[in-house]
Amino acid sequence: MNDQHMNDTSQKVQALILTGFGINCEEEYAAAYRLAGAEATIVHLNQVLHGHVSIHDYDILNFPGGFSFGDDLGSGVVLANKLRYRKNAEGRTLLDDIKQFVANGKFVMGICNGFQVLVKLGLLPNLSGTVTPEVTLTHNASGRYEDRWVRLKVNPKSNSPFLKGLDTMEVPVRHGEGRLIISGTDTLAHIEEQALNCLSYTDYDGSPTDVYPHNPNGADLNCAGLTDTTGQVFGLMPHPEAFLSLYNHPDWARRKRLNPGLSEEGDGLRLFRNIVEHVQNQRQAAVSPQEASQFSS
Amino acid sequence: MESTQRTIQLLLKPGQHDGEGQRVAEVAQRHLGLTTGRVQSTALYTVRYPVTDEQLRDFATHCLQDPVLHDVALDEFRHEPTYKSYILVAKLPGVTDDEGISAQNALGDFLNQPLDTHTQHIFSKRLYFLEHELPESSLRCLAEELLGNKLINRFETGPITDIRDYTPRPGGGAESITNLVPLTNLADSELVQLSKENLYALNLEEMRAVRDHYVAIAPERQAAGLPIDPTDCELEIIAQTWSEHCKHKEFSAVIKYKDADTGEEHEIDGLFKTYIKNATSEVDRQLRANGNDWLIKVFSDNAGAVRINPESLFVWKVETHNSPSAIDPYGGAITGILGNNRDPLATGIGGARLLFNTNVLCFGNPEFNGTLLSNQLHPRRIFEGVRKGIEDGGNKSGVPTVNGAIVFDDRYAGKPLVYCGTGAVMPMQLAGLDSWEKNIDAQDRIIMAGGRVGKDGIHGATFSSIELDETSPATAVQIGSPITQKLAMDFLVLATRRGLIKCSTDNGAGGLSSSIGELATISGGAVVELEKVPLKYPGLRPWEIFVSESQERFSLAVEPAKINELLALGREMEVELTDIGYFTADGYLDVRFDGDSVARLNMEFLHNGVPRKVLEAEWTKPQVAEPTLPATSDYTDVLTRLLGSLNICSRESVIRQYDHEVKGRTIIKPLMGATGQAPQDAAVVRFNFESWEGVAVSNGILPRFGDLDAYHMSAGAFDEAVRQIVAVGGKLPNLSYGDGNFWSVNDNFCVPDSVYDATTNPDGKLKLAKLVRMCEALRDATAAYCIPLTSGKDSMKNDFKADGVKISVPPTVLYSMTAKIEDVRHTITSDFKQADDVIYLLGETYDELGGSEFYQLFGELGANVPQVRFDKAKELYTLMGQANDQHLIQSCHDLSDGGLAVALAEATFGHGYGATVDLSEGLPVHVQLFSESHSRFVATVAPEDVVAFEQHFGARATRLGVVTPDSQLTVRHAGQPIIAASTAVLRHEWTNGPVNRIIGFGQPAGEEAAR
Repeated sequence: MNDQHMNDTSQKVQALILTGFGINCEEEYAAAYRLAGAEATIVHLNQVLHGHVSIHDYDILNFPGGFSFGDDLGSGVVLANKLRYRKNAEGRTLLDDIKQFVANGKFVMGICNGFQVLVKLGLLPNLSGTVTPEVTLTHNASGRYEDRWVRLKVNPKSNSPFLKGLDTMEVPVRHGEGRLIISGTDTLAHIEEQALNCLSYTDYDGSPTDVYPHNPNGADLNCAGLTDTTGQVFGLMPHPEAFLSLYNHPDWARRKRLNPGLSEEGDGLRLFRNIVEHVQNQRQAAVSPQEASQFSS
Repeated sequence: MESTQRTIQLLLKPGQHDGEGQRVAEVAQRHLGLTTGRVQSTALYTVRYPVTDEQLRDFATHCLQDPVLHDVALDEFRHEPTYKSYILVAKLPGVTDDEGISAQNALGDFLNQPLDTHTQHIFSKRLYFLEHELPESSLRCLAEELLGNKLINRFETGPITDIRDYTPRPGGGAESITNLVPLTNLADSELVQLSKENLYALNLEEMRAVRDHYVAIAPERQAAGLPIDPTDCELEIIAQTWSEHCKHKEFSAVIKYKDADTGEEHEIDGLFKTYIKNATSEVDRQLRANGNDWLIKVFSDNAGAVRINPESLFVWKVETHNSPSAIDPYGGAITGILGNNRDPLATGIGGARLLFNTNVLCFGNPEFNGTLLSNQLHPRRIFEGVRKGIEDGGNKSGVPTVNGAIVFDDRYAGKPLVYCGTGAVMPMQLAGLDSWEKNIDAQDRIIMAGGRVGKDGIHGATFSSIELDETSPATAVQIGSPITQKLAMDFLVLATRRGLIKCSTDNGAGGLSSSIGELATISGGAVVELEKVPLKYPGLRPWEIFVSESQERFSLAVEPAKINELLALGREMEVELTDIGYFTADGYLDVRFDGDSVARLNMEFLHNGVPRKVLEAEWTKPQVAEPTLPATSDYTDVLTRLLGSLNICSRESVIRQYDHEVKGRTIIKPLMGATGQAPQDAAVVRFNFESWEGVAVSNGILPRFGDLDAYHMSAGAFDEAVRQIVAVGGKLPNLSYGDGNFWSVNDNFCVPDSVYDATTNPDGKLKLAKLVRMCEALRDATAAYCIPLTSGKDSMKNDFKADGVKISVPPTVLYSMTAKIEDVRHTITSDFKQADDVIYLLGETYDELGGSEFYQLFGELGANVPQVRFDKAKELYTLMGQANDQHLIQSCHDLSDGGLAVALAEATFGHGYGATVDLSEGLPVHVQLFSESHSRFVATVAPEDVVAFEQHFGARATRLGVVTPDSQLTVRHAGQPIIAASTAVLRHEWTNGPVNRIIGFGQPAGEEAAR
C-alpha cells in the first residue's frame, strides 16, 4: 500500500493490530474492525520493530489487551520501553514512527494493556506534547484482578471521533492495574478542561461514581479512558471488543426475552463503527471538500 | 565476563498507598497473631551485567520507575528510619524469575543491545520493612507462611541494622558424569532400598524385571561396547517410563474382585481396557452405524479430538496436578494449567488454538483450626495459592477460565485435587495434512522449543506416583512461566500452519525422556545429543537434563529440509529452538553426551517390559442407616443455612479473579443475569466470530456419595455433567442419523492408595473395590447415553503421610464434558426471565437424601444414595432437546447440591424476581425440598407456551408455581407456607458465605441491581 490508497474511498479502512509477547486480545480486536467494515491485519510486534511492516500503510494503529511481557514490571512498562528505545536498522524507534503517524492525522487506540502502554509511554494524555508520562495506571484499589461488567458514560465534551454520538456503554473490565492516578492538580485540571477524561464509570443511574464495584478500580476522576488533545489517540481500560454481540452480555437472555427484536450487536461495536466511518468520511472529504463540513467534529 | 553486582530499589513515594505492605500487616495479625506495626514493601533488582553508573541510573528511572508512584534508590536498601526489622525474599537458584527476565528485556531495549534473555542477568526480589522489632523466629514464620515458600524462595531476615542480601549463583561447572548402578547381585531388600533412595518409585517385581533384563542382555551390551550394568540415566528413563503417572499400571493391572456380601468373584482384565477403552469402542460402533463419524482420536495422543465440522476439530484434555499443589500451591496450580494447555497444543501435528480453560478444585476446610502435620500446608493457604496459580496461568495466557467447581471435604486437607481442563480448536488440515496424525520418519530432526532446562521438576513423574510425606523433595517443584509459554504457543500456531512441523509433543512429566521416548515409538528409535540442550545454568548431569521437567517446552519432529525456515521463524518470534538429535528406526533410544553413550535402551523393553500387576479388590457394603432428624419445620432457616454452607455458597470472589471472557466468545459465563450473580450449570463458548456454533462445557463430581456407594457416586457424577449440558440447551448425541452432535468426555480418577498391604494399607482391597465400582458405573453411563470418552487420567496415590498419620482423599472421579451447540443464541440460562412464567420440575424426586447437603447440616450421612435411572434420564433429556427446538423453555437450572429448594433460590438471583411454589402431596416435605435425586431440573415456561409444554412432557413435568415480580420466595405445602423468604436476603446469605469471606470481597453491588 502507499499513500494513494488513502484517497481511494473504495479501499477498506485499514486497521493494524499488534500482537506477540503476551498480548492476547488481538483476535476479538480484529473481529471488531471486520464487523465494522474495516480490514484488520494482525502483525507480530517484531515485524514492525524490525521494519518488515510499516505502520504508515494503515489508518488505525491498535494496541490490544493482554499481559505484554508478563506485566511483571508494572503493566505495559516493558512494551512501552521497547517502543521508546529499541531502534531499527535505520536508527528509528517505533515511537518516532507513531509520532509521525499521529502528525499525519491517523489514529491510535489502546485497550486495557494497550491503554497501559500508551499511558506509560506518555502518548496519553500527552498534555505537554513531548510524549512524557504524565499520569499512571496502577493496582486497583481492591488490590485484585477482576472481571466484571461496568457502565460507562461518554464525556459529551470529548472531541474524539472514536466516541462521537455515543452516550453510555456497557462493557467488561478485566484488569488488576486499571486505577488511573493523576498526580498534580494542574495535570488534573488540564485533563478535565480539555475533556481528555473521555469515559467515566457510572452507577446504575448513570452518574459517575467512585463506589466499588461500579467504579472497579478507584480511578481518579472515575476515569475509564483518556484521549490526547487531538482526540486521535484513545485508550481505555474496559474491553469494547469483548462486547461485539448481544450474547456477550451477562443478561442477554433476559433482555432478549423482554425484547425479542433486540439488536444482536453489542455496545462495543458502535465504537469501532465510529472510527471506521470517520476514516471513510475523511477520505471522502479529501475527495470532495464540500462534504467535509458535515463530518467535522 | 563477571561483572560487579548493582542494586536498584523501587519504593513507593510518600503518600502512595502501599496495598501490599498493608495486606502483609493485616494477614500477619489475623492468621499468625504477629503484630508487625506498619509494613513497607519495596522491590529490588540485582543487576549482574556491566553497566556504567549513568546507565544504571537511567535504566532505573526510565525503565523501572513509575515516575508517579516510585522513588529510586541505587546500591542501598533505603527505608523510613522508624522501621526495625526486615525480610528479604529472593528466589533459589534456577527458580523461574519472570520479573527479572522482564527487567532484563527492558535493559536490552534501553541499551539497544541484543541481550540474551535466556541467561539471567537481573534478579528480582522483594524487601519488606517492619515497624516492630520481631524475633528471628517470628520473621521466619512470617516469611515462610505469608511471603514465600521455602522450597522456592531464599529468605533473609533480622534487624534492619544488619541487612543481608542474597542473589542466586546457580550451578558450578558442567558435570558430564554418568554413573553405573550395578543391579546384578542385589538382594530383594537392596533392590527395594535402591528404588526408594533414588526415587524410582518401582516395586520389587519391577526392579527384578529390570535386573533380569540387564542380566539377559549382558552379552549384547558387551558386544556393543556398553557397560553391563545400567547407567543412572537408563534407570531414570525406565523409572520415568514405568511410573504410575506415565504407564497407568494400576489401571492396566489384573484385578481379582470379590463381593464379600454375595461371595461372588471375578477377574477384571484391566480397568482401562474393560471399562473405558472397550466402552468407548462400543459407543463409536453405535455412532458410526448411525452416520455419526465425528470421533477422530481417542486415548492415543495428548488430548482427545472430535470433528466440529468439515473444517475443524475440537480438542479436549483434563489433567490433575495434585502432588505439586500440595507442597507449593501456586507453582503447582500454574504449572498444572500451563502443562494441561500444552496437551491440546501438542496433539497431532500441533498448533491448536486454545479456546478455554476449566478447573475443578478439592480442598480441606479453609476454616480448619486444628493442628497441622509436619509440612502440611493450611487448607486456606493451599486454596489461596492454587486460586492465584489458576488466575495467572489462565489470565496471562489469554485463555478464558469459563467454569469450574470447588469441593470441600476434610479429607482433601493433605493432598488437594487440582483438575485443569483445556479445550482447543484445530483445523482438520494443516498444510495439506491431517492435523490429528503424528508421523515421523527416521532422520527427522528433534527440536526442543521453549524454555531452558534446570533442576526444577526432576522426578515429578515418579514423585507423583508415590504418596506425599514430610520429606518430599524440593526439586520436584516447578513454577510455570505463562509468558514464555505464550511465546511458544504463538510460534507453534504459525509454524504448523506453514507446514514446518511434522508433529509435536509437550515436555511435561518426565521431560525429554518422556516426550522423546514416546515420539520415538513412531519412527522406531531416536538419538539424543544432550550436550546441545540449552541449560538455565551449568551443573546438571546428563540424566538430570533428560528427565528434568522444566516447563514451557515442546519437542518437535521436523523434516531436515524445513529446519532453516523453522529456526528463522523462531528467531523472529524470540522462541529458543535447539536441534538436539534425530529420529531413527533401529529400535533403540540412544542418549549421548559429547558422543559418549549415556543411555541405550531397547524400546520394546522400555515400553512393554513392565510386569503386569495383579491386585486384589473386595467389596463390602457399608453399614449405614437413615437418620432420625430432630423435628423441624423451619425450612426457611434450613434453606438459608444451606445457601451459606461451604459447598453451596457463592464462589464469586474466586470467579471474578479469573478472566472468563477474553477472546470475546464466552456466551454462558459462570455468573449471569442483571446482577451478575446467578450461577449457571454449564459454560457455553462459541468457536469464532463467523458462525454461531459453539461448545458447552460441564463438570460432574460428587465425592460425598462415594461414602455410600462408589458406583452410584460415579454414575451420579456422570449424570450431573450430562444434565448440566442439557440444561443449557445441549442435545444428547446420536439421536438421529448423521446429526453430527459431538460429545467429548474426559474421566479423571483421583483415589487414595488402593494397593492392599496388610500393615501400611489394610483397607486397600475395599478402596480398590470402590474404584472398580466407579469404573463399572462409567461403562454403564457411556453405554446408556452413547457418550464417548476421549481422554482421561488417573492419579492413584492421593495420600499425605506425616507424624504417623495418613490423610487420604475420598475416592473421587471428575467427568469433564463438552458437547456441540448448534446455535449459541438458543442456549438457556438458569435465572428466571419474567414474572408470570410458569415454573416446572422436570424429572422425578425420590426419597434419596443419603449423602445430601441437607443431612450434612445435621452431621448425618444417611443411607439412601441417589441413583441414576439411565433410561428415564435419557428419555427426559431427549424430550428437552425437542422442547428447546420449539423454544418452549425460558430458564433451566439443574438440581444438585441442596436439591429443589436451593435450585429455586438460585434461579431468583439473576434479577430479583420471586417465586410462589406449591409442593405436591406424596413424599415428605423435606424430601421434596432437599433430596438430591439425579436427572432433574427447574424450568420456566412462558404463559403462552404452557399448553404445548405440558403436552410435550406429560407426566415428566410437574407444575410447581409461577415466577413473581416481588422478590419473595414462597413455598407452600397443603396450602400452608413452609418457606417464606426475601430473595435478596437469600442471595445475601449465599454471597456472604465462607468462600467469599475467606478470599475477600468488595461490597457487592447486587442489591441495587435487583431493583
